[in-house]
Amino acid sequence: MSLILGRQHLDKIQDTLQKNLIGLGVQNTMLIDMAGNVIVTVDNGVKKRDMYSLAALAAANFGAMCSMAKIVGEDEFSLLFHKGQKENIYFSRVNDEFLLINIFNNDVTLGFLRLKMAQVIEELSSVLD
Amino acid sequence: MAFINLKDRVIQAKIVYYGPGRCGKTTNLEFIYSKCREQINSEMVTVKTQGDRTLFFDFFPFDIGKIAGYDVKIQLYTVPGQVKYNSTRRLVLKGVDGVVFVADSEAERRSKNISSLMNLQENLALYNKNIFEMPLVIQYNKRDLKKQGIEVLDVETMERDLNVELKAPSFEASALDGDNVVATLKRIISLTMSSLEKELENGDW
Ligand SMILES: Nc1nc2c(ncn2[C@@H]2O[C@H](COP(=O)(O)OP(=O)(O)O)[C@@H](O)[C@H]2O)c(=O)[nH]1
Ligand SMILES: [Mg+2]
Repeated sequence: MSLILGRQHLDKIQDTLQKNLIGLGVQNTMLIDMAGNVIVTVDNGVKKRDMYSLAALAAANFGAMCSMAKIVGEDEFSLLFHKGQKENIYFSRVNDEFLLINIFNNDVTLGFLRLKMAQVIEELSSVLD
Repeated sequence: MAFINLKDRVIQAKIVYYGPGRCGKTTNLEFIYSKCREQINSEMVTVKTQGDRTLFFDFFPFDIGKIAGYDVKIQLYTVPGQVKYNSTRRLVLKGVDGVVFVADSEAERRSKNISSLMNLQENLALYNKNIFEMPLVIQYNKRDLKKQGIEVLDVETMERDLNVELKAPSFEASALDGDNVVATLKRIISLTMSSLEKELENGDW
């Protein structure tokens, strides 16, 4: 079974990411599926990153995280955040099949991003379901 | 699970190299990576242990060009072969569209090949996938060992052990020398693409 998305849906996803996240100051935002496919990626044009490799690693990392949660007796860990000196990565689960990855620097606060995320996830879910 | 982007006309599909520890999965990918540079616009990602064993996977995306007007990008992965890494192996199999089963021709690895293939079948079943319906190619790797005087299984024995029921296309190969590495890859890509085409024609979506 394949995932097939047309222009209308993809444009909608892209708009949502652009408006809510790139607009907020996020550098790269990417919707992937749990198999590691890149569904949509949007950036602020400043820095090109290897998004395919990132997607493969993020999907695996997320899968590993879920398995760890099970072992310690949790359904999931709610905050998936890697903090660097300048750059940070924040993962959010959209639903069972999709994951959103955000790369941002210290101009954006995690709190603000998390607040925004609820709305983004709602918009994405309405397109993807 | 392949992803088909109708807007940009891009197809992404996932092919996984499976097999027992040290059978040569990583070596297959390394050979492809070094020989097909112009089709790979990424670094090869490897998540490995200090001792160079695959801990999680190796990965790179491989551009095979246009098929029926679509840019096709194959995501190539290996799994960690060691028995103890079954949970990570499962994670890599998620959404797989095609599998290369790499078997080790060295005689003493015979039972490891068989149990790894059974493990593949079990892990696919966890994702409700049937190994008999999955695009699959079997590679009998390390055929070159014979020249070094190391005892290798003959191909008939390996076919009997692994491929009697599956009847998958198979190749004798040496990932180290690059023999039949690309042929194996081409075959699994073509099986995977025709299975995708069939799915689209049947309108399973
Ligand atoms: N002689 C020989 N050795 C090989 C061949 N393919 C892999 N090897 C060696 O087998 C060992 C394990 O290979 P590797 O690719 O890491 O196995 P993996 O665990 O399946 O990823 C390495 O020392 C390789 O050099 C082959 O075709 N012939
Ligand atoms: Mg390996």
